[in-house]
Amino acid sequence: MALDILRERGVPLERQSFNWREIVGHPFSKLDDDAFTRVRVILMNGIEMESVRFSHSFARMNRDLRRVLAEVRRVEHHQQTSVNWLLPPDQSTLETTIAYEQVAIEVTAAVALREPDPYLAQLYRFGLLEDYDHLYRYTALLDRLEGKDSQNILQYYTDVTPGRPTLVEHRAPRDDVRNSYDRRTAALVSKIHALTILSGEQQTHNFYANVGPLYADPVARLLYAEIDSIEEQHVTQYESMIDPDETWLEKWVLHEATEVYNYWSCLEQEENPRVRALWQRFLDYELGHLHVAIEWFQRLEGRDVAEILPESLPDPLEYRSHREFVRKVLADEVHLRAVGPYIVDPRVTPETPETLAYRERLNEAGSPSEGVAAGYQWSPGTELAKSAAQQQPTSQEVTP
Amino acid sequence: MTTQMGLNRTGAQVSPIDSKEAEAAARSVPPSSPGGPEDAARIRTDYAREAPLIGSVSLPGSVRGVVATAVQLLKGKAPAALIDKLGDRLAFERSGSRLYEALLAKFDATGSFAGGPSRHDLVTIHHEEVGHVDLLCGSLEGIGADPTAMTPCADVIGVASMGLFQVVTDPRTSLVQSLEALLVAELTDNDSWRRLIDVAQMFGQDEMVREFRLAEVAERRHLELVRRWLDNAAQLEVRGDMDENAEQVKAA
Repeated sequence: MALDILRERGVPLERQSFNWREIVGHPFSKLDDDAFTRVRVILMNGIEMESVRFSHSFARMNRDLRRVLAEVRRVEHHQQTSVNWLLPPDQSTLETTIAYEQVAIEVTAAVALREPDPYLAQLYRFGLLEDYDHLYRYTALLDRLEGKDSQNILQYYTDVTPGRPTLVEHRAPRDDVRNSYDRRTAALVSKIHALTILSGEQQTHNFYANVGPLYADPVARLLYAEIDSIEEQHVTQYESMIDPDETWLEKWVLHEATEVYNYWSCLEQEENPRVRALWQRFLDYELGHLHVAIEWFQRLEGRDVAEILPESLPDPLEYRSHREFVRKVLADEVHLRAVGPYIVDPRVTPETPETLAYRERLNEAGSPSEGVAAGYQWSPGTELAKSAAQQQPTSQEVTP
Repeated sequence: MTTQMGLNRTGAQVSPIDSKEAEAAARSVPPSSPGGPEDAARIRTDYAREAPLIGSVSLPGSVRGVVATAVQLLKGKAPAALIDKLGDRLAFERSGSRLYEALLAKFDATGSFAGGPSRHDLVTIHHEEVGHVDLLCGSLEGIGADPTAMTPCADVIGVASMGLFQVVTDPRTSLVQSLEALLVAELTDNDSWRRLIDVAQMFGQDEMVREFRLAEVAERRHLELVRRWLDNAAQLEVRGDMDENAEQVKAA
């Protein structure tokens, strides 16, 4: 059912409030809830984190809006806490990492399939294959560090095989900066896609940067350090897709519209009734925020919001397995590389000397992502189950 | 309270089509590089060879009066070994006391089962654990060591125990699941008191040895109780009587 965002006004900002028991409810079940409930929770945490960080930057640059931004931001902050605290405590940091990569794969695939701008769609497919490889590396780590099977988290919606090898994903900064869409001509769906994927990648970058040093194992510390570096590249790529000429107020309206769109997409597909109720409540809150942003946009810029927002939103983001699409992208595009703003076939356009030198220096003492996954093929119940079934000693047993 | 059949979605059998797809895909693509788990092991070995220590035991801060005598008694042996082990026990007993407090909160929510702990049982054990904290503080002070410092063994056993708190304080775990975590704690406790007594004996600390033996007896009783409660719970679970029984115990 379409959502008329200009007519639906949600809950007014002054009626949006929380108590601690509402913020800290019961988490979803790691074992019994569908993997896409976890995917939605992680993505929406990222969306809220971006809204809070954007609002802080906005306030630092705009004296007159500091108060209203603080009012909206406080609610966004408590929404973020409410959402992220749905993660269950029996889910280890590494299991949560597996889920982060599932978000990156399945949500980016959904976006890439629907993106109307072919250049932007290619950038999503390019990033997708890199996150796809991260899932393979973290799966090997989960298996070889904790003896756990990543499919307990993925629930078989997502394949685990190598993607574009992480060791070749390291690029000089200039080769991660892409061309932006044009704010005057781009479709709303393109703007929402860019903000959604940027939010997801940014929280992944922050998450890995924070949790990496919590591991004792040097193999894990190395792998998080390496993949976190790629997530920083991804944030660079995705934020460069957004038109820097959008005004602050225009960006604010687009952020709120993106939040509305994503809560609505979650609501349309959620099976867990408690989580569904939260999506409904926060959709209503976000509609309230959107109309505050629209009011300020129209008042201060003297523009009609219809210039940037149509009446209705694009169809909801699809939360489902994109196995066939991902396999096709893998087969067709895994060899591609980036040169400046373009995705290229390196047999035709070689990578830049800056990228080659940067990569060689980073990998000169060994590649963490290759080390952790040496000889690794995912199999049900971990590679130990496979060794046990074949009654073979593990390779470490036979190597002095 | 009983473990139930339900909608667990983690295994391959609940996703028969998707799991076959995922398995076929994994088999069809070779690993990205040759080798095996030994590659990761080599990285761990390299780092372990070059790693600094996790930390040290601080020197006794006071060497005056009675304390000086105590330090004198340790002469000729490495006092760090005794201080470290005392610090380990002190940290574990403090954590153990908090574990039983968390267990009491769970007990107040769920009640017990036939052959399970009474509230009085849990309060008694908690009281004894707190008593051991006091005993160990006194032992450390008696040899001039600082009971407020965290020794390396104390730090490491704290890391090893982190999962126990996650289990017992999770509102979704049952009393029986929490007792499984307590079993891990009590097994460690029993072994560690025995070893501490050996170490204290090697240092000729007769007074410590006498007091620690009393603590060891109490800890052995804690372990026996936790084992018995878990054995009784297992029998109820197998008979499918756990829920009904828990209701009756609660009502009583």
